[in-house]
Amino acid sequence: QDCTFFTRKEILRLHGRYHEMAPNVVPMDYTKDPDVKLPMQLIINMPELKENPFKERIVESFSEDGEGSLSFNDFVDMFSVLSEMAPRELKAIYAFKIYDFNTDNFICKADLEKTLNKLTREELTAEEITLVCEKVIEEADMDGDGKLGFADFENMISKAPDFLRYF
Amino acid sequence: DGSDDHEEGSAVENEETGKGTDKGRKRATPRTRRAHPRGRDRHGDEEDEDDEEGTRRAGHRRHRSRRRGRAAGNEASDSDMEPAKARKNQANQKSKEDDGEEEDEKGGKSGKGKNEKKGDKKTDKKGKKEKANKKKKDKKKSGSGSDSESEEEPITEEELAKLKEEVEEKKKLIATLRNKPWKMKKKLSVLKEAQLFVEKFEGALGKGKGKKFYAYKVMMTKKWMKFQRDFENFKTACIPWEMKIKEIESHFGSSVASYFIFLRWMYGINMILFGLTFGLVMVPEALMGKPYGSLPRKTVPRAEEATAMNFATLWDFSGFAQYSVLFYGYYNNQRTIGWLKFRMPLSYFLVGVGSIGYSFMIVTRTMAKNANDDGGGDDTSFNFSWKMFTSWDYLIGNPETADNKFASITTSFKEAIVEEQESRKEENIHLTRFLRVLANFLALCTLAGSGYLIFFVVRRSQQFALEGLENYGWWERNEVNTVMSLLGMFCPTLFDVISSLENYHPRIALRWQLGRIFALFLGNLYTFIIALMDEINLKARYLFSFTLEEEKIVKYNMTIWEASLYNGTIPENSTAPPIQVDPADVPRGPCWETMVGQEFVRLTVSDMMTTYITILIGDFLRAVFVRFFNYCWCWDLEYGFPSYSEFDISGNVLGLIFNQGMIWMGSFYAPCLPAINVFRLHTSMYLQCWAVMCCNVPQERVFKASRSNNFYMAMLLFILFLSTLPAVYTIVSIPPSFDCGPFSGKTRMFEVISETLEHDFPSWFGKVFGYASNPGLILPFILLMVLSLYYLNATSKSYKEANLELKKKLQ
Repeated sequence: QDCTFFTRKEILRLHGRYHEMAPNVVPMDYTKDPDVKLPMQLIINMPELKENPFKERIVESFSEDGEGSLSFNDFVDMFSVLSEMAPRELKAIYAFKIYDFNTDNFICKADLEKTLNKLTREELTAEEITLVCEKVIEEADMDGDGKLGFADFENMISKAPDFLRYF
Repeated sequence: DGSDDHEEGSAVENEETGKGTDKGRKRATPRTRRAHPRGRDRHGDEEDEDDEEGTRRAGHRRHRSRRRGRAAGNEASDSDMEPAKARKNQANQKSKEDDGEEEDEKGGKSGKGKNEKKGDKKTDKKGKKEKANKKKKDKKKSGSGSDSESEEEPITEEELAKLKEEVEEKKKLIATLRNKPWKMKKKLSVLKEAQLFVEKFEGALGKGKGKKFYAYKVMMTKKWMKFQRDFENFKTACIPWEMKIKEIESHFGSSVASYFIFLRWMYGINMILFGLTFGLVMVPEALMGKPYGSLPRKTVPRAEEATAMNFATLWDFSGFAQYSVLFYGYYNNQRTIGWLKFRMPLSYFLVGVGSIGYSFMIVTRTMAKNANDDGGGDDTSFNFSWKMFTSWDYLIGNPETADNKFASITTSFKEAIVEEQESRKEENIHLTRFLRVLANFLALCTLAGSGYLIFFVVRRSQQFALEGLENYGWWERNEVNTVMSLLGMFCPTLFDVISSLENYHPRIALRWQLGRIFALFLGNLYTFIIALMDEINLKARYLFSFTLEEEKIVKYNMTIWEASLYNGTIPENSTAPPIQVDPADVPRGPCWETMVGQEFVRLTVSDMMTTYITILIGDFLRAVFVRFFNYCWCWDLEYGFPSYSEFDISGNVLGLIFNQGMIWMGSFYAPCLPAINVFRLHTSMYLQCWAVMCCNVPQERVFKASRSNNFYMAMLLFILFLSTLPAVYTIVSIPPSFDCGPFSGKTRMFEVISETLEHDFPSWFGKVFGYASNPGLILPFILLMVLSLYYLNATSKSYKEANLELKKKLQ
């Protein structure tokens, strides 16, 4: 309970949901610290995540092995960061991880393009996409390396009024 | 203090009935031991073990809560408990041996140390109880208990201080652990380490005070946040049509949605106006006034009776509809009606004035609010970045909402792209200027043309009226209305074509368009009113010259006619009992107010019909045609002419505004107008929402509406001002008809106020009022208002500048 923003009851509820997803694998009794992981496919079918265009990235960034399978610890961790009680800095860190598709700790142009495509379901033309990506880099890149480092991202997101509301 | 300890000890003992007194005493003693002042030199083991025990008790509460919940995420801590329990048992056993020595130490306590620990003791008690229960379970597990703890050496002051620091750090770490972006496993292991460390050395620093209180606080905060969220949800659910508008917004952009938001706002105003007129004017008259047929002014004249209930007459708002609560003429001029002594004329007057005042107030207030929003400024830094990273709402779980959200994100990107492209465009200045001048010239021509056309038509209709309307067909009778509506339909499209010459940013082009259409409608309205005023003046001139005479004539006619009923008993009739004459037969005087009211109502209805038919034909049939005939047509209908229509924002907005102007003008003469308008807005909302989603396509260049709707509001205010002028003029200068309405018999309508002041208020009130309306007092008052206006304007400007400065500094 100290590691997350949840109360005891909420953690229990999470455990219930986790168990629901694969009742034959997930044990009800966690006192023996079993090593159970659920694969990504099961998790992204959760109703809360199903509509999210970034669901795969979210699951990947919280998974320990980077493949997308979540143990219960990771599961709780993920929801704790996405809950409304998590502070802005923490969310910013994870947001950066989510939007960094190639996990090189920089958001480069390709990452931006992928994000944009996911957001608009590929409704924009190629030139529009390039235009938007260029604009983003122009606006947020402070150190001029052509991609967004964490400092740039944090600087930009901390001024955004909507970030806490939607993330 | 000693007694205190004893009490607590005994309390614990009572729980531990099964355990025997030894353990109970043991439990009492460790606590007293902890009461020892900090920083005192300790004796080796015992102190350490006590401290461990103490901290373990603190740690226990944490362990407890986690363990009780079987929180799977913290299963690691479970493993912690076994050794901890073992250690505790050992410590207890040891303390048993050391009992004697501790009693001595107890004597040497300083009061200060004890006081510090008092708070601890209370929280301690609960921890104690939990621990007690656990002890019962663990008694069996205690086992052999090899001494796992090494003996500690005496610690010096410096090391103590260092230790304290480290423990503080670890504690801080534990508190902020949830904020760290590490993987869960790492967090758990760090937590374990830190907790162990803290337990070992916490003795000097006391236990985690108020852990329970903290948990309670967290729970309350969560509950409060949840409550707030639910309340917000509820409030948004209460707003009518919110879902529809959101849907439209996501598909068509914010400018189209702003029209619908405007429509909804108008609907709200009309509801209130309707409430006022219905509740305070129509209902009292209907319930408490004299019923239909009791007075001449309330009955259909005999001549018209045959056709009074025909649908055609009702549609035209004459006949039965004319002689009802819907129009001015029905109301009686009795000062009070019914058992409530409801002052009808006063209420009528005040409602009229009040609705105008309310409208002014609310329009100005909305303008002020919008100006505030706008003052925040269009934050253009990081525009695209924010759109990219913060536009997706992570809480969406519904596929439809997700669809809408995708559409809206796409639209918003397109909007931003358009803005960007506009700002990058290069201009060929001279050509553009020339084209713009040409376009303005064409627009002026159109305006002049339409003005002349209306004038011409109105003149013609006056001629027709003079010659008697029955000789002409439907077209001639409704010529004015139809011509105005047709003009309103076609000229905007013409303006649209003209504006394509101008090549402005879409938002600015919209403003020009709105301005031109505004001028068009204004010109039309102006000519219409002039014509109407002409008619009224004509009749009024007749009335003026005839009024007194006509009154006499009519009254004379009445007496003669009454006399004819008596067949000759005329002379004595001054005191004769009132004759039961059917009011339908009584000859009437003219009633110009009702006529004016009727005109307005007819205009509103025809306007409504025209809009609906335009939507149905212009949009719907066109869409159907394009859709189905595309297969068998030569060129591609969907891309070329005529294609699907776009939603005409400017035309619709202006239509709405002018319609409202009509309502404001006419509601004094026809209390039913707000009701009709409410009905009209309601149906038009549904019809237009459906039509937009079904038959229109989004504009190619979707642009963002300027966040403030102040442009619309400014126009609305202007129209409001214009529409109240005629009503005010008639109230102040034209005498009301003598035979109908609540003010009949007075020379001026506003005399009802002075009458009320005389009769209903104490006399000093009348005097005060008389003094207050003295021009000598009013002029300085006006001067004062002008000065304060100027001052407020100056201060607001300076605030805005200060704001900008601050923003720059922040950047």
